[in-house]
Amino acid sequence: MSRSAAATVDLIAIDVRRCCGAGMCALIAPEVFDQDPESGTVVLLDSRPERYDLVRDAVVSCPSGAISLTEP
Amino acid sequence: MPQHPINLPTARPAPLDLPVELADLRRDRPLTRMVFPDGHEGWLVTSYTGVRDVLADPRFSRRSELLHRQIARPGKATTPPPAPPGFFIGMDPPDHTRLRRHLTGQFTVRRMNQLQHRIGEIADDCLTAMVEHGPPMDLVEAFALPIPSLIICELLGVPYTERERFQRDTAALFSLESTKEEAAAAFASLTGFILSLVPGKRDNPTDDMLSGLAANDALTDDEIAGMGMLLLFAGHETTASMLGLGVYALLRHPEQLARIQADPGLVDNAVEELLRYLTIVHLGTLRTALQDVEIDGHLIKKDECVSLSLPAANHDPARFTDPERLDVGRSAVGHVGFGHGIHQCLGQQLARIVLRVGYAKLLARLPGLRPAVPLEDVPMRDAMAIYGVHSLPVTW
Repeated sequence: MSRSAAATVDLIAIDVRRCCGAGMCALIAPEVFDQDPESGTVVLLDSRPERYDLVRDAVVSCPSGAISLTEP
Repeated sequence: MPQHPINLPTARPAPLDLPVELADLRRDRPLTRMVFPDGHEGWLVTSYTGVRDVLADPRFSRRSELLHRQIARPGKATTPPPAPPGFFIGMDPPDHTRLRRHLTGQFTVRRMNQLQHRIGEIADDCLTAMVEHGPPMDLVEAFALPIPSLIICELLGVPYTERERFQRDTAALFSLESTKEEAAAAFASLTGFILSLVPGKRDNPTDDMLSGLAANDALTDDEIAGMGMLLLFAGHETTASMLGLGVYALLRHPEQLARIQADPGLVDNAVEELLRYLTIVHLGTLRTALQDVEIDGHLIKKDECVSLSLPAANHDPARFTDPERLDVGRSAVGHVGFGHGIHQCLGQQLARIVLRVGYAKLLARLPGLRPAVPLEDVPMRDAMAIYGVHSLPVTW
């Protein structure tokens, strides 16, 4: 998969202030999202991942709207 | 044409079927007027998008004292009292945020996955005891109840020597045989007990949640005890009900049970589908408008209480194809079995791992598992806030 078209844009945005630490993103797309071990809030591991289907599932599953996605 | 306000539909035509009125409402008027038992005229939401929208909207409050009970409880006020210290489930931001933040790091996916081995040991112990006893046995008493109880005990950090008392009080609190007075006494005993553990955890911390909370200067001892009780309440009956009712559902759908037995890797997905299909918070959840809010051309006025039907949302054909069919292979992503919005279940990742390990161990150890009574005779928790089976006699 070519990533060249997406190389200059931040495709996934997280808003830690909105995050309630439910962990759905880290459950569904663990290669893209993790949780801070102290606060449990979202940590973005990879802003240009391979598996967009999983990222979309994570966005849909986030209870507090802390993740948004701009498709390449 | 004006429509008369309805009551919350609760009558199920069959144990795993939802009240038929919910599907009619969802199709014809997904936001409708509903009369609460105290006479309050509020609203009922039955569509997936409607339920999610309200639960994600900060103009709606979860403060206990603003809500109206959906089911009349003899001897109880129609409006619940304010949340006790630490019970952040009944608070709004910023109080809710301040308290919940102290626990979210304890319930991360990573931490909960680390419990997999220990949960497996506890499940193995229960299954060994069942095998040694021999069939028939009540799966609720022998398996579904003790697993969450022991896990919460260990997570909170109840000293080993005190576990008998803890489990006795917990059993009294959640038993249907307990009178209101017995349950109140058990509640007071447990709260006092957790409170009494706090100074010791502060002076000699161990690797558990109460120690973590006790080390935090920002929390009062009453808040810590309240948070401990909340974890106990929220994590005990719910997980136990899902374990028991999940097995009941699979026994009613033997073709789905056979799929998991043939491919144990399906169990993680089956857990999500069972959470969707069963939606054990079957009376839904409540919010109250903090200001006038217009939704879909309806004006929800300040102080009006809104009932969000989680089961109706999880069975919305606009979101889940053929929703009345249990299909352990489908994607149930986005289900609202754990709620939605900032109050979404804090312990859901613990529940997931307990359910995954629990079902997997049970089906592996007792491959011939089957009901010991006709399934029509299994007593259901109809009138309870958390749906489930009261008991489930099984053989193998």
